[in-house]
Amino acid sequence: MDALLPQLFAGLSLGSVLLLAALGLALTFGQMGVINMAHGEFMMAGAYTAFVVQQLLPDAGVSLLVSLPLGFLVGGLLGLLLEVTLISRMYRRPLDTLLVTFGVSLVLQQAARDVFGAPNVDVRAPAWLSGAVPLLGMDVPRTRLFILALAVAAVLALSMVLKVTPLGRRIRATVQNRDLAETSGVSTRATDRLTFFVGSGIAGVAGVALTLLGSIGPTLGTAYVVDAFLVVVVGGIGQLKGAVLAAVGLGILQAGFEYSTTASLAKVLLFVVIVAFLQLRPQGLVSVRTRSLA
Amino acid sequence: MSAARPGSARTAVARPDWWRREGVRLWGGIALAVVLLVGVAPAVLSDFRLNLLAKFLCLAMVAVGIGLAWGRGGMLVLGQGVFFGLGGYLMAMHMKLSDAGPGGVPDFMLLYGDGVVPGWWEPLRSPVVTVLAILLLPAGLAAVLGLAVFRRRVRGAYFAILSQALAAAFAILLVGQQKVTGGTNGLNGFRSFFGYDLADPVNKRMLYYIAAGVLVVMVVVVRLLMRSRYGELLVAVRDQENRVRFLGYDPAVVKVVAYAVAAAFAAVGGALFAPVAGIISPADVGVVPSIALLVGVAIGGRATLLGPVLGSIAVSWAETSLSEQFPSFWTYFQGALFIGVVAFLPNGLASLGGALRRRRARGSAVPEVGPASDVRPAAGSAGGVPADPPAGAPDVTTDTVDTAGRHA
Repeated sequence: MDALLPQLFAGLSLGSVLLLAALGLALTFGQMGVINMAHGEFMMAGAYTAFVVQQLLPDAGVSLLVSLPLGFLVGGLLGLLLEVTLISRMYRRPLDTLLVTFGVSLVLQQAARDVFGAPNVDVRAPAWLSGAVPLLGMDVPRTRLFILALAVAAVLALSMVLKVTPLGRRIRATVQNRDLAETSGVSTRATDRLTFFVGSGIAGVAGVALTLLGSIGPTLGTAYVVDAFLVVVVGGIGQLKGAVLAAVGLGILQAGFEYSTTASLAKVLLFVVIVAFLQLRPQGLVSVRTRSLA
Repeated sequence: MSAARPGSARTAVARPDWWRREGVRLWGGIALAVVLLVGVAPAVLSDFRLNLLAKFLCLAMVAVGIGLAWGRGGMLVLGQGVFFGLGGYLMAMHMKLSDAGPGGVPDFMLLYGDGVVPGWWEPLRSPVVTVLAILLLPAGLAAVLGLAVFRRRVRGAYFAILSQALAAAFAILLVGQQKVTGGTNGLNGFRSFFGYDLADPVNKRMLYYIAAGVLVVMVVVVRLLMRSRYGELLVAVRDQENRVRFLGYDPAVVKVVAYAVAAAFAAVGGALFAPVAGIISPADVGVVPSIALLVGVAIGGRATLLGPVLGSIAVSWAETSLSEQFPSFWTYFQGALFIGVVAFLPNGLASLGGALRRRRARGSAVPEVGPASDVRPAAGSAGGVPADPPAGAPDVTTDTVDTAGRHA
């Protein structure tokens, strides 16, 4: 029983990292159907943004607060560039988009390697995030709590944007019925671009958050992008609720497997569980009902 | 598939009769390939280069499978490294065991582990069991996974992501279980291959001939598959899965067969790769090497017979020669290849000639026979229908062209 609570928190913490990584994908893959393999590299770009900002602003606390919005901007602009140049041509070929964006991710990784060097770099965490706070009888690292809070904030902000703002209304309209939205006067092209900007921006924020957990390198994104896609697949497309549930669920499962077996076996077990889960609900946890055959 | 297209009508005017004859170009091409592979290459290449070529041929075997599953079947297989790795590791385990002698313990196990051969390694002491395992185990895994996934109509992007996750999990597992898999270093330092000394250049050449022969057999198998009723079904499932279902076939079974065959091809490629390269490690099987295998297939023309082979060999060769001199340049180049070919030339270089000819012909006075626009399968919404290119260009030796010819 003693081991249960720390395990649960470890899972929750892992889940919050997964959620931050997957939230942008839930928007670009879930809502738009675009498989962006370069999503992980947008996270990497966000992480290096935090690194550069800290070189310019040595105070760790200030630089973190500056990095978060700047990481959003960097990730978002990269995403916008990708959408305008490549993805917009390929909306009818989702599987090919996957390969093209994989090419983009190769280029971005190598660019990072050439600019920042292959070895990992460190970003210092601010003093108010160092150490741990006692919570329910265990010591919880402040950085983990911060990421948890950041993930919650990101989900709330995104769902508010989707629910109440005009942009959110346009996004939902485009997802539900692209043609009808277009005839109703919504510019679906502009909506696509903005959706992609926001989704990629969240990846940038996730990258900034990852700097708190360890050193960062050019391949930072590849470690997360596969897991993030799995979160979206399990969660089901079209709604954020699914992604949140899936991220927390997978996080707790993985932490549990890692505790009872080994880290490497945990990945395989998780994969088996996901395939088994798709037997029960091939459409994911939460899905929008449609009458389409596909 | 697409019926008479303007290009095919014009080819009839431009090309001699025998050229259009079903299979003549294809079997001619295969014969030419055999002459080049078995006759010319060993005569002109040094032992080192020939061994390199043998390595490329092993990777081309994976490409043949990808061409079948992805090009014809529309399944974007991002995790072929798993099957390649399974074949490679099975073969490597057998070679390590036979190097160690009867009852012996492979050297790396003494180094990392407690020097006890785990029980599930023991059957691989037998060459027969090893060969059977290489042929059946990866194909079986693909069949089980494929049935589980396709039966529930998980497809398109979802299948691609699952196959990718499998590759990631497999690589992590290999690294993590160092005591029995050699960890990051993988398995290497093989001395003999089924009793033949690997240090002997004659035996190295023999390995090359085996690889070349196996590759040709695989190409012929794909050709026969695609000529059969099954081949037509596979392409039909790619283009309109629901219609195939309405006609009374089970698309899941059709897809599983192609996936399992592709897995078996990859496994055999891996099994030959291990003795040829002298090493098999997690770096050969993870997510990135698995996807990298796709670029050659895309360049050569995913839905053609020889395209994946030629494309894959060309890419391997370019990688070896470029990455030695400019390691960072190669990665940019590889990325640019993915972007350029997939985005702008989805049928691969094999379609370039046809595309150019159509463009030129559009300006000439020949009357249009059919609609000039491509007969694209209606691409469905998010990740549903694999929006594949229409049938291969008229001048490519594809079965789809043969089909069109028969029906036209």
